[in-house]
Amino acid sequence: MSEDLKRTTLYHTHTQLGAKLIEFGGWEMPVQYSNIIEEHLTVRSKMGMFDLSHMGEIEISGKGALKLLQRLITNDAAGKLVDGRVLYSPMCNLAGGIIDDLLVYRLAEDRYMLVVNASNIRQDFEWICANNNENAEVEDHSNRTVLIALQGQSSVQTLQMLSDIDVTTIKYYWFQEGHIQGIPVIISRTGYTGEVGFELYTGSCYGATLWDSLYKSVIAEEGLPVGLGARDTLRLEAGLPLHGNDIDQTTTPFESRLNWAVSLKKGDFIGREALIEQKKQGIVNRLIGFRMLDRSIARSHYPIYQDGECISEVTSGGLSPTLGVSIGLAYLPSGKGKVGSKIEIQIRQKLHPAEVVPIPFYRSQELTA
Amino acid sequence: MGDELNYPEDLRYNESHEWARCEDHTVTVGISDHAQAELQNVVYVELPEVGVNTKQKEEFGVIESVKAAYELYAPVSGEIIEINQELEHAPELVNEDPYNQGWMVKIRMDDPSELSNLLSAEDYHANINSEEMSE
Repeated sequence: MSEDLKRTTLYHTHTQLGAKLIEFGGWEMPVQYSNIIEEHLTVRSKMGMFDLSHMGEIEISGKGALKLLQRLITNDAAGKLVDGRVLYSPMCNLAGGIIDDLLVYRLAEDRYMLVVNASNIRQDFEWICANNNENAEVEDHSNRTVLIALQGQSSVQTLQMLSDIDVTTIKYYWFQEGHIQGIPVIISRTGYTGEVGFELYTGSCYGATLWDSLYKSVIAEEGLPVGLGARDTLRLEAGLPLHGNDIDQTTTPFESRLNWAVSLKKGDFIGREALIEQKKQGIVNRLIGFRMLDRSIARSHYPIYQDGECISEVTSGGLSPTLGVSIGLAYLPSGKGKVGSKIEIQIRQKLHPAEVVPIPFYRSQELTA
Repeated sequence: MGDELNYPEDLRYNESHEWARCEDHTVTVGISDHAQAELQNVVYVELPEVGVNTKQKEEFGVIESVKAAYELYAPVSGEIIEINQELEHAPELVNEDPYNQGWMVKIRMDDPSELSNLLSAEDYHANINSEEMSE
């Protein structure tokens, strides 16, 4: 493994648990502890815990914080955020392309935490600073923050036993500050698995202690630690795009079905004009979901055909452990990507049949309850 | 880790982790216990058509785990005379029983002297251990 890879605070915990490590976005991270399919199904049936400390946390604060935020993101922080609320949003370039997708936590009226993708931390930070005409404070807290996710049906009761606040009443996309076994933690009812669950932020110095106390309870409740392998299959089943695969600087939120996270009415923001123009011209390509009609497996960049013509390529694809078939995401030109449309995926030299299906591929009954 | 795994003495191995069982001029091919353990859940196996000719050390098929696709390399040259059709519906047989029910193809060998290019169980095992050391 290359020596300049970054490691999270919990690196030694993972090696002690026998995790298999891989390179991901410049980080050396666990891809699996036991078995990807087993980890995946355990999150769906019980719960799993994940080290996501490679993700970035950028804090924007001060008088100009909200104004800067409104200019940076497509969603409406001023209109939708109150203390304790979490907001999902793309952050776009001038052309409306997605620089990153992130979560915004309103810690106070003039203090916001942005949680960004690991491989984009530096670029996001520079972008935010370059556009900071509001004199807001911008700080990168990534290296001093540990993020552990607890996801799955059993996570609510498990966390409730360990926490000094009532976590059962935290609603989806809300957070509270509390303590888990005495450790100060931001307890956020969010996730990237399509299950009920929490994302827990704490200082790096508490990381190993927090992991260990959660781990004991998770194992006692027949849960498992889960690596990035199952994190990817879980998010794909839930139809959640991955930045760098399904969305990037060349795709807009309108193309990637993130219209709900764009507020054209909130006032000016970076990329707004381009997005208005794209809407006027009509959206040509849209992100769709498909499933293979045989047992073959579609993966990123495999070409997609319809009526003998190459029309696109796969952005994410793989086996869905819950459904037992291979699923994927791709951009298709409008008219070619309606639910039920037949397409073919070129896998090595052969074309394999697939069908456009609704996203998400899998939906938990309890997620938004 | 490799020590709990099994490498039958009567087989010959490719460094690329395929095994070969030779009976007269027919060679049955699969992947080793080590390879299936590394791949974990085998979810798809793509095999050639019967009648196709393959060359020693050349790709004859593809095996896929949840994470990725890996090429399969022929241990000997010859004609594919049978493929394991069970694997189309039960690719997990490769994990469950790599040396028997998880077999992949049978090749009618062109040149038995090619067998001497393959590793013994002992040499294959030593080779895996040195690969792990160098990681």
